[in-house]
Amino acid sequence: MSNVKKCVLQVEGLTKHFGGVHAVENVSFKLYEGEVLGLVGDNGAGKSTLIKMIAGAVVPTKGQMYLFGQPYRPSSPRDAREMGVETIYQDLALCDNLNVEANVFLGREQTRKILGIMRTLDKRGMQDKARETLEKLDIDIKSATIPVRKLSGGQRQSVAIARAVFWNARILLMDEPTSALGVKERNNVLRLVRNLARRDVSIILISHNLYDVFAVADRIVVMRRGRKVADLTTSETSEDEVVKLMVGTEIRT
Amino acid sequence: MERRVRMSKVKEIFTRRWILWVLMAIIGFFALAMPRFWSVQSFKTIVVYTTEPLLLALGQTFVIISGGIDLSVGSLLGFSSVTGALISKTLWSATSDPNISIALGIATGLLVGTVLGIVNGVIIAKLRVAPFVVTLGMMGIARGATYLLTAGHSIFGLPSQLAKLGNFELAGVLPVQVIILLITVLLCHFMLSETRLGRYIYAIGGNRTAASRAGIPITNCIISIYAISGFLAGFAGVLTMSRFATGSPLAGVNAELNSIAAAVIGGVSLSGGIGDILGSVIGAFITGVLLVGLVMLNVQPYWQMVVVGGILIIAVFVDQLRYGRRTHE
Repeated sequence: MSNVKKCVLQVEGLTKHFGGVHAVENVSFKLYEGEVLGLVGDNGAGKSTLIKMIAGAVVPTKGQMYLFGQPYRPSSPRDAREMGVETIYQDLALCDNLNVEANVFLGREQTRKILGIMRTLDKRGMQDKARETLEKLDIDIKSATIPVRKLSGGQRQSVAIARAVFWNARILLMDEPTSALGVKERNNVLRLVRNLARRDVSIILISHNLYDVFAVADRIVVMRRGRKVADLTTSETSEDEVVKLMVGTEIRT
Repeated sequence: MERRVRMSKVKEIFTRRWILWVLMAIIGFFALAMPRFWSVQSFKTIVVYTTEPLLLALGQTFVIISGGIDLSVGSLLGFSSVTGALISKTLWSATSDPNISIALGIATGLLVGTVLGIVNGVIIAKLRVAPFVVTLGMMGIARGATYLLTAGHSIFGLPSQLAKLGNFELAGVLPVQVIILLITVLLCHFMLSETRLGRYIYAIGGNRTAASRAGIPITNCIISIYAISGFLAGFAGVLTMSRFATGSPLAGVNAELNSIAAAVIGGVSLSGGIGDILGSVIGAFITGVLLVGLVMLNVQPYWQMVVVGGILIIAVFVDQLRYGRRTHE
């Protein structure tokens, strides 16, 4: 499958030192279009730092990144987002007091002119588009005018994802997206992740929960002490093997 | 489906706007207690007495929804009223031209309020000093400057045409305040519910981090919000000045607290992100109706403060119950 699919993100020799601490050391991997990549490792393995470099929140000490074959050096998360790389934050970055439509369009509202001079919000137009996006992604939210505070954790997660996708995110970085969710909600979010992959969105998923990773990831990258210790195809490995790689009793590349 | 939506809308008006029923109950009480309360004259009086507090409450609504507070509006009212009167008086004695002296007096009052509002906004947005502190400081500065400018005395000797303007009644029945309130309230409502700035005000008050990540120009929004509040305070100051053809250094004392009370009674949440213009209009009219009604009943007007205080606490308690229940859903 990977030789048919296009490589969207290539990371080469990525390194981050914080003073004497080698948070990430010489990590390379490729991410393909429509692929879900699980990134696993023990606490302090360097997963978050790696993701932050891709998201533009941390500048690498060394190494290169290529986005769609072009050199990629995001200066800020905003810069990254404009190039199609979006982070879904754990704290969600939604306004609870606003409704679904307002959150999907936050900061990028559509307006229309009235009386030839005044610019007013095109609420109807935005509601229609927000609802279309929810339907397209098969997200179970009845109406785009429900305030976000009335939604469940999984639904809120879905709104954040829908927003990213609506604004043409090609790569989604998700850090522990299911950690605060119940079983049913978690399954909904995982289903949405698979759904996005079918729509050619590429996803890097950090999770402590190997069940989640095995449920949705096509490939699994294992990190230990800042280094990549394995790059596995999910169908050819087992939870047992991944756990061993995480804690360091086995090395396979 | 359509029908259900409409039903829930009706239900929402009944429950979300419960404070409207409080206002109606108060009006009903006065109308029963004294039939003459139910007259055009007393409603005109109510509007005239509610105008300035409501203008301040409108500004306060923008500010509080954005997660801030503006303690300076009462002092800005007084300061712009006095500076406007001083300019008007000076020009009047220098040129004897009532039109120019009135126009420039009004322009000065509006300008002073707006500029000091912008100063509030710049310090809050750029220097990141807490709104409570900045506007508390501005409250002292503007009131102090007002006393210094006037040596504590009212400014008389303004052109008499000014009082005609402030007490003008369209077609002899419609006070100028009714027209002003109608236009200002509609404009504020439009701005808050239909424009980008309005939506950004809610977003900033709801989750500032999210607003910033979404690329909302927070600094400019906050400066605009305090500029609007300052302008409305200046507007209220100019109206006070023209109604009495006097610049009183005591104008607007304690008005900032009343404006906060009106907004909060109307459902604006002090933690930001929640509330609207219609609520604050109802809140301000509750205070105005009580004042006029109690005076007409020959009750000491101080009772108005007692009743408004009580309603304020109950209103916040009820809103907390409702929002508290929602967060536990």
